[in-house]
Amino acid sequence: MSGQVKETAINVDDIYEEVSEWHINSGGIKIVAKRLAGRFRTLKWFGMSVWLVLFLGPYLRWNDSQAILFDLPHRQFNIFDITIYPQDIWMLSLTLLFFAILLAAVTSIAGRVFCGYFCFQTVWTDVYTFIEEKLEGNTPQKALKFNKAPWSVDKITRKIAKHSMWLLIAALTGISFVAWFTEAFQLWRDLFSFQAPLFAVGVIATFTGGTYLFAGFMREQVCFWLCPYARLQGVMYDQDTLLPAYDAERGEPRGRIKKGQDNSAKGSCIDCNVCVAVCPTGIDIRKGQQEGCITCGMCIDACDSIMDKVKQPRGLIRYASYKELHHNGKSIPLYKRLRVIIYSLILLMALSGIIYGFMNLSPTEFKVVHERQPLFVRLSDGSIQNKYTIKILNKTKETMTIRFNIEGLDGATLHSLKEMTVEPGKIVPVTALVRVPSEHFTKGITPIIFKGDVVDSTISLRYKSMFMGPE
Amino acid sequence: MADSKNNSNQVPDTGHVWDGIRELDNPCPRWWLNSLYLSGLIVVVYFILYPSLPLVNDSTKGLLGWTQIKEFKEDLAKVEAVRAPFENKLAEMSVEDILANQEMLNYAIGSSKVLFGENCAACHGTGGAPAESAGYPNLTDDDWLFGGEINEIMMSIAKGRSGTMPAHQNLLTTEEVDLLVQFVVDSSNGVENSAGLALYNAKGCVACHGADAKGVKAMGSANLTDKIWRFSGDEDQIRHTILHGVNDASDKETRVALMPQWSEKMAVIMEAIAYAIEDDEDPNDIDWDDELTGDEAERLTETEIKKLAVYVHQFGGGQ
Repeated sequence: MSGQVKETAINVDDIYEEVSEWHINSGGIKIVAKRLAGRFRTLKWFGMSVWLVLFLGPYLRWNDSQAILFDLPHRQFNIFDITIYPQDIWMLSLTLLFFAILLAAVTSIAGRVFCGYFCFQTVWTDVYTFIEEKLEGNTPQKALKFNKAPWSVDKITRKIAKHSMWLLIAALTGISFVAWFTEAFQLWRDLFSFQAPLFAVGVIATFTGGTYLFAGFMREQVCFWLCPYARLQGVMYDQDTLLPAYDAERGEPRGRIKKGQDNSAKGSCIDCNVCVAVCPTGIDIRKGQQEGCITCGMCIDACDSIMDKVKQPRGLIRYASYKELHHNGKSIPLYKRLRVIIYSLILLMALSGIIYGFMNLSPTEFKVVHERQPLFVRLSDGSIQNKYTIKILNKTKETMTIRFNIEGLDGATLHSLKEMTVEPGKIVPVTALVRVPSEHFTKGITPIIFKGDVVDSTISLRYKSMFMGPE
Repeated sequence: MADSKNNSNQVPDTGHVWDGIRELDNPCPRWWLNSLYLSGLIVVVYFILYPSLPLVNDSTKGLLGWTQIKEFKEDLAKVEAVRAPFENKLAEMSVEDILANQEMLNYAIGSSKVLFGENCAACHGTGGAPAESAGYPNLTDDDWLFGGEINEIMMSIAKGRSGTMPAHQNLLTTEEVDLLVQFVVDSSNGVENSAGLALYNAKGCVACHGADAKGVKAMGSANLTDKIWRFSGDEDQIRHTILHGVNDASDKETRVALMPQWSEKMAVIMEAIAYAIEDDEDPNDIDWDDELTGDEAERLTETEIKKLAVYVHQFGGGQ
């Protein structure tokens, strides 16, 4: 009995033993990734350059105003010639749906492409580390030596240079973000004359601080511990998903090639650790797929360059699916994969909705609200009167005059309102009275149509409402 | 923070072992402890800045001097600052001008909802249309006892209204009353009733309700020829009105119809102006020291009455 207990205790320690080998870097180790040129490095630069739009976009002009302006105080989004009002906000939800599903679709096909090439965390971290390694050394050893060295003029200069460049990028990021929501040139003027609204300054400060902290100090820790997407990837992958993977069958047993020895028993992996050295999140891809992998392909570039040197074929680490690596199986073609089909369908639906929305943006918002208290009034000549509130939002850029009419109810006449003028972007409520003589009135509720014809325009509006009377 | 701490062999334990599982004694994470200390610090700062410690009759005030009621008043002041330009403009505009100005009209209507709800809706109903059985005038139709023009509505609010009709139970026989009831019903339906008309003229109804039975605005007498009834179109109810009258103190069953006065001061002013115009005099020459004693009752201000008049006028029946 006691022997058994002892045995169990040993087994528990074994379990702990495995845990102790499990490498978790919770910020204690600063990762200095080596930069190597290569296919995926070039691709990463291209992916990163998409973010130039954030910095340059606000200065684009169109018809004497900012081409794209998300004007929150005036509740309107100006996108070139199109103005989107809160009434069209369903299009925004479709746009969000489109991108959310796009993320899932891309993940199921080729993993965390977004993380590796487009994510702001990756991109800003990459720029920050680029600056850092230019100033402090591009290997972990050089960086460590630099940081351990006593303070000198050179070191202080380099440190100040690094942090001021970081802060400059961070501030530009914040200002560029805010510039999408307010007149960009005016924002700069306000900032330099210290007249910028407190809210704008607050947002810029938050973004500056956040960028500086996240890209300068937290870096891969954000991917490890803050980002939910890293945790979700598991349910988005399947065995056909293409991921940077180490071909263990070809690579193992790994070992250094030694001259004058028989190296034939060894796998292709020469255990040079370059794939680890170049990894921006500091993981070892040879241990298999893991949450820290942002699928940027830097390890592929690194391994390929080594394979070229040892005269072996490239692709020991490559974009490959689980099936390809483990079962020597072929991946199912894209069009046969259920996930891809479903995602594509949703994408198509969302996209058609957005296109439909843009094609059918109404120049106005026309609503007729029936008075609820009282529902109807009997007038002295016995006729029935209903009161309505007509609301018109002018979404065009010109003042419009609208003439009203009613249809669909015999003998009904419109009173107190014939014509109204609405300024662009304004919503105006007006009262309309409709009277029906008693001899024409049937009973209960009858449909009635309000028509509004915009003067000097082909725009014609209709709204179906109800005319109510005694039962 | 380094991962070596996750190695169970290097972590102190509490000495408790159950089924071979040791209870480890890891320290709390530093960030967690720091957050705990920080939250304690926040409490201290809060105690210093805000009212916190209850005393016998009071509490400590805190350095910021913050109170809930102060915050409420500040917020209220913000709302009033937004309204002030409109209110000031309204005070200087005539009601006719308000009706002609869409922006001011929208403001007047929008800001009168509460005013109407607090002062008028109890009798006249939320939307100006009381339940028929309640016996109060409907403000949404086109039938007005004292006139439906904007200034007349304003006068009705300022001065209050109380029409009278004498009780006829001692003046008429049952047959006469029946005939008059029939006459009133026929008039409303546009049917001629010459016998009734003769009695209507003979018994003096004509004096108040007019030769055409359409009522007289100055007295607030009801129009008997339209489809709208001040009290009810039911024959028994019409009979009750004829027998017991309206506001006739000598009859205990009389109908009570009283619109209270909302601003004596405004009523005096309006009347003085009306008389001046009637006598072809310039209203600017009125000697207000002579007209106003200074202690006229004012339940609503002039601007409030203006707003309410516009609001009522826009119910749909204003003329």
